[in-house]
Amino acid sequence: MHKIFIRSLVSSLVFLFTLTVSAVAKDVKAAFVYIGPTGDHGWTYQHDVGRKAVEDAGFKTTYVEGVPESADAERVLRQLANSGHDIIFTTSFGYMNPTNKVAKEFPNVKFEHATGYKREHANVSTYAARFYEGRTILGTIAGSMTKSNVIGYVASFPIPEVIRGINSFTLAAQKVNPNIKTKIVWAFTWYDPGKEAEAAKALIDQGADIIAQHTDSTAIVQIAEKAGIFAFGQASDMDKFAPKAVLTSVENNWGPYYVDRVKAVANGTWDQKDTWHGIGDGMVVISDLDNSIPADVRAKVNQLEKDLASGKVHSFTGPIYDQQGNLMVAEGQTADDGMLAGMMTYVKGVEGDIPK
Amino acid sequence: MIVDINFIGLIITSIMASAVPLILASCGELITERSGVLNLGVEGMMIIGAISGFALMIVTGSLVIAVFGAMLAGVLISTIFAFLTQTLITNHVATGLALTIFGIGISAMIGKNFVGIPGKDFPILFESFKDAIPFLSPILFGHSIVFYFAFALPFLTNYFLKKTKIGLIVRAVGDSPDSASNQGINVRLVRYLCILYGGAMCGLAGAYLSMIYTPQWIENMTGGRGWIALALVVFSTWNPIKILVGAMIFGGLTIIQFHMQAVGVRIPVQFLTALPYIVTIIVLVVISRDSRKIRLSTPSSLGKSFYKDN
Repeated sequence: MHKIFIRSLVSSLVFLFTLTVSAVAKDVKAAFVYIGPTGDHGWTYQHDVGRKAVEDAGFKTTYVEGVPESADAERVLRQLANSGHDIIFTTSFGYMNPTNKVAKEFPNVKFEHATGYKREHANVSTYAARFYEGRTILGTIAGSMTKSNVIGYVASFPIPEVIRGINSFTLAAQKVNPNIKTKIVWAFTWYDPGKEAEAAKALIDQGADIIAQHTDSTAIVQIAEKAGIFAFGQASDMDKFAPKAVLTSVENNWGPYYVDRVKAVANGTWDQKDTWHGIGDGMVVISDLDNSIPADVRAKVNQLEKDLASGKVHSFTGPIYDQQGNLMVAEGQTADDGMLAGMMTYVKGVEGDIPK
Repeated sequence: MIVDINFIGLIITSIMASAVPLILASCGELITERSGVLNLGVEGMMIIGAISGFALMIVTGSLVIAVFGAMLAGVLISTIFAFLTQTLITNHVATGLALTIFGIGISAMIGKNFVGIPGKDFPILFESFKDAIPFLSPILFGHSIVFYFAFALPFLTNYFLKKTKIGLIVRAVGDSPDSASNQGINVRLVRYLCILYGGAMCGLAGAYLSMIYTPQWIENMTGGRGWIALALVVFSTWNPIKILVGAMIFGGLTIIQFHMQAVGVRIPVQFLTALPYIVTIIVLVVISRDSRKIRLSTPSSLGKSFYKDN
C-alpha cells in the first residue's frame, strides 16, 4: 500500500513537472508512460533509451514514470492527451484497457500500446518485440556449453510472453543437447535485486551451471559471476556487471520504432498497426558474444542469428510436443503468431508446472 | 531430490546472507523502540544507507569510507526524525512514515546518476577455509565483515540492554520516562542517541544490500525489507536474540520457496510474502492475551511523546 501511495505521489509530482515542461513545446510531442522508474536499468530504462532517440531525432518528449496499472493510468493518460501530446506510448501490458478507454475520448491523439493485443479504436496501435528469437540464441549457447546439463531460469510472471521465452530457450537448448533440463524458478517480480539473487542462488545450489533470466535487474549475472558460472543478460547489455559470467545479452531496442512512429505522426502517415518485430528488424539485438564461447558454437550462433533475421529459421518449428507428449506443432510447420501470443503451456523438457 | 549435507549447508548460508540486513535494521530499531520511540522510517533510512554507501563507493573508491558514510547518512536522516519527534514533539507514526517517503524519494533523486554502474568486489574473510569442513565451512567462512558483525549484534545488543548501566538507562527511559527523568536522567538526550544509533544500523543494513548482497544501485532496492525489519522487532517481543531467529525465518521464506520451486513443490508466493506480517500479527495476538507478557516485553512508553522539560 505504501509503495503504491508513494508511487502515485511521485508520479503525480513528476506529472506536474511534465505538464509545465510540455506547455512550451510546439510541434509533434510524444509522451511515454512507464511502469517502473527509469532507473531500473531494465525494461523501463530501455524504453527511456528509445525515448531519448526520439529526442535526438528532434522531437519534444515527456514521460511519466512509476504509473500503476490501475485507474491512475487512465488519469495520467487523459492528462497527457489533454496537454497537447500527439502520440502517447504506453509501455506495459497492464495499460491495455486504460489505453483503449482513453483513446476513445481523444480520437485525434495516437496511442501506441506495448505488448498488448487490443486495438479497439482507429487511433490505437500495438507493438511488441519477438524476444523469443533472442532466447533461441541463448538456448543454443546454453545447450552447447552446460556441463551439468542443468540450466537454471529465473522467470517473472506466468504470462505468455515469459512462457514463450522459456519454451523457445528450452527447444533451442534441446536441439543441441537432448539431455538438458531447464529448471524454472518464478520470482514473481520484474525487478527486485534481492529476490532475484536469492532465486539464482537456489538454482545454483540445485546444480545449474548456466542461468538465464526473464527479470530485469543485474543481480542474477552478478551472483553467477561470484559462483563462477555463466549467465545471460536481459533487456540491456549486462556484460560490465559480470564480465566473466555474461555470455551475451538480449537487448530491447525500441529507439528505431519510436522514431519511426513519431515521424509518421509528423508526416501525417501514421496508421493503425500491430507490430511484432524481431532480430530481423533490429528490435531485438544480440550483444557481443563472450570470448569464452568456443569457436564452433560461435559460428553456429552467428549463422542462427542470420537465419532468424532472414526468417529461414523459426524459433518454434515442429515437431513440438507439450509436457504430456501431445503434439503442439506438427513436423515441418511453424507456430503461428496467434499460438505464440497465447502460449500458456510448457514444451517437453521443461520441469515443473506453470503456477496458477 | 537431493539430500546432501553440503547442499543443506549452502541453503543455510543463503538464508543467513538474506537475514543480515534484517538483523542489522531490527537490532537498531529495537534500541530505538526500547527507549520509547517508534520510528517507522526504517525503510527510508535503509534506502538512504543503500544509495549513500553505493555512491561513496563509486565516488571515493574506498569501501571503508562507503560503509561508514552509509552509517553516517543513516544518522543524519534520523537526526531529522529525532529533532521533529523529540524537540518539536511531533507524532512518531506520522513523522516516521514521512521519513520513509522522504528517503525513497531522495534516494531515487541522488541515485539517477548511479544507475547501471557495477559495484566493487567486497572483500570476504577466511576464504581459504571455505572447503575445509563439509556442511559447516560455507556457513562459517567466506563472508564479509558486515555478515559477522550482524550475527554478533543480537548478542551484543542483549548484553548491552541487560548488563550495562547505559542499557538499563535506555530501558528505564522507554518504560517510564517520568521516573527516569525524576532520577535525573536526560530523557530527551537518551532518546536522541537511541534514534541516531537506529539510523546508523539501518544505514549499514542498506549499505549491505547495495554494496555486498547485490552490488548495484536500483531504485527501491530495499524492496520492503524495512517493513519486515519493523515487524521483526514486534515478532521478537523486543528481545534481540529472538530477532536472530525471526530474521532467519523471515529471510529464509523466499529462499526455501525458490528451492521448493526448483524441485517442483509449489506454495503461492503471495502467501509467503504476506507470511512475515501474518506471523507478526499472530505474535501480537498471543502476547496481548497475557497482560503480564505485554507488561514485560513492550516498552511501556513506546510511541508516546515525552513533554516534560529536563
